[in-house]
Amino acid sequence: MTVLAITEHRRGDVRDVSYELVTAGRELADDLGTDLELAVIGGDVEGFADDVNRDGVDTIYTVDEGEEFNHGVYTQAIEQLATEVEPTALLMPNSVNGLDYAPAVAEGLDLPLVTDVVDFETNGNLEVTREQYGGKVETTYDIDADDYALTIRPAEWPKAEAAGDAAIEAFDADIDESALGTTVNGFEEVGGGDVDITEADVLVSIGRGIDEEENLPLVEELADTLGATLSSSRPIVDNGWLPKNRQVGQSGKVVTPDVYIAIGISGAVQHVAGMKGADTIVAINTDPNAPIYDIADYGIVDDLFDVVPELIEEFGGEAPDL
Amino acid sequence: MKILVTVKEVAEVDDEFQISGLDIDEGSLEYDLNEWDDYAVEEAVQISEENDDVEVVTVTIGPERAEETVRMALAKGADRALRVWDDSLENAQFLDVESKADILAAVVEEEDPDFVLTGVQAGDDANGATGVALADRIGFEWAAVVNALDIEAGVASVHRELEGGIEELTDVELPSVLTIQTGINEPRYASLRGIRQAQRKPLDVHTLDDLGLDDSVVESPVERTSMYEPESEGDATLWEGSAEETAGELATFLRDKGVVEG
Repeated sequence: MTVLAITEHRRGDVRDVSYELVTAGRELADDLGTDLELAVIGGDVEGFADDVNRDGVDTIYTVDEGEEFNHGVYTQAIEQLATEVEPTALLMPNSVNGLDYAPAVAEGLDLPLVTDVVDFETNGNLEVTREQYGGKVETTYDIDADDYALTIRPAEWPKAEAAGDAAIEAFDADIDESALGTTVNGFEEVGGGDVDITEADVLVSIGRGIDEEENLPLVEELADTLGATLSSSRPIVDNGWLPKNRQVGQSGKVVTPDVYIAIGISGAVQHVAGMKGADTIVAINTDPNAPIYDIADYGIVDDLFDVVPELIEEFGGEAPDL
Repeated sequence: MKILVTVKEVAEVDDEFQISGLDIDEGSLEYDLNEWDDYAVEEAVQISEENDDVEVVTVTIGPERAEETVRMALAKGADRALRVWDDSLENAQFLDVESKADILAAVVEEEDPDFVLTGVQAGDDANGATGVALADRIGFEWAAVVNALDIEAGVASVHRELEGGIEELTDVELPSVLTIQTGINEPRYASLRGIRQAQRKPLDVHTLDDLGLDDSVVESPVERTSMYEPESEGDATLWEGSAEETAGELATFLRDKGVVEG
């Protein structure tokens, strides 16, 4: 019986979620009265193992296979390691790469899988908490199984900071190269463009509430009037209304302005991941239950098409006719 | 070439809603085609338009009500549809990832597609896991969170959208399951002609028995035990009043903060 957590790295750096997995994993291991073990797969495994050697970790397994993430390598290595150490709980990150291997690992090991877990507690069985319906509700699930797999939502647990003294053990996985059906050819930075929203002091950020591309001039005029930079949530970029370099969020840019004015943005967790570091957050949204109000400092629960023109006029601008 | 697209009718929650028991009250829900699946359907239809002899088949697990959203996929260009439902599915509390993978694997066995497209996740449950679980079950290759796709000579060259504005460039051998991220294309609106044509396209209903499965497929060690509205963690100061008044409050704040002069 043990808790086994799979760390994540990219392009030579351990990702933050790995340290959060140490915290979550230690919490669960304490509840279960067992050890916390980590796996580091691929890349500079010795260096990464040193990085994640934080207080509360008992053993770190290094699997020296490949440089960057390949889900075939991960799947084979984790299944072999889990067969050896027999974890009660297998913890993986609910990251893009986590979701590229965790379901296959759970299938391969015949473990029940619950993804995007934000909390858990042991009550004989394990009870986990998730969000559903875009964060409007939380649900709990009871897992009636001896062993199980969970993916842990990034940024939900604090990062483990204190140094540890875990045993580091090399694990020789027997990777069947002929069974790897994917080849990672490299990475590409996206976005570019002439505006760097990460440098802006004030961001006027627009979301789905703008309804149509034809309404964009309204928020462009507000940004101009305030001397702010225009950014957006994902749907606006998906629709092609603004370029990718304007997108704030998990898959976009992480921004830390003095003031972030979120207009017509509900506050999905992926968006919040990119803007919660703003000094002051102001939300304008018709839905008083929108998750954006959980992190906003100030809010106006009203129609943006009523409020924004008034705001433009407050500063001597002229709202465009839509 | 045959492309199977898995689609789901998802529930969207009104601003004001009630919870009854372990789910949101039916009266607070509206149903629509899952946003991510809409992009998957569009991708399949575009491939069928650019190549000869491509058949696009959509499959959904859902009650009769779901036919409305499946017809939407047909109206956008899918050729035919399957809907899987029966009493044991109707009575299940919810379907976990494994149950869905079981059912969809049986559909793949029957349809024998060259590859499968599905949305990254569903807007309601947001498991984000069914596509990859399905791939493992049926022995297909896979790629999760695909936001660019080019298929040639038995290989899917994809971009996977990672966090932080970085994409991974990966070649995936076919047959494969690709989970499609929003933004990969621009989903079309269904034309009136398409909607009319969709009414005449085949939409077959399968029971678990038809697929060679039995009730055990819905059994799960995972059981939902509660649903509740999360307590607001926020302590936002809400400005109240007319739009003129609230805009005035915000303006005062921005002036005090030194964001804007005047």
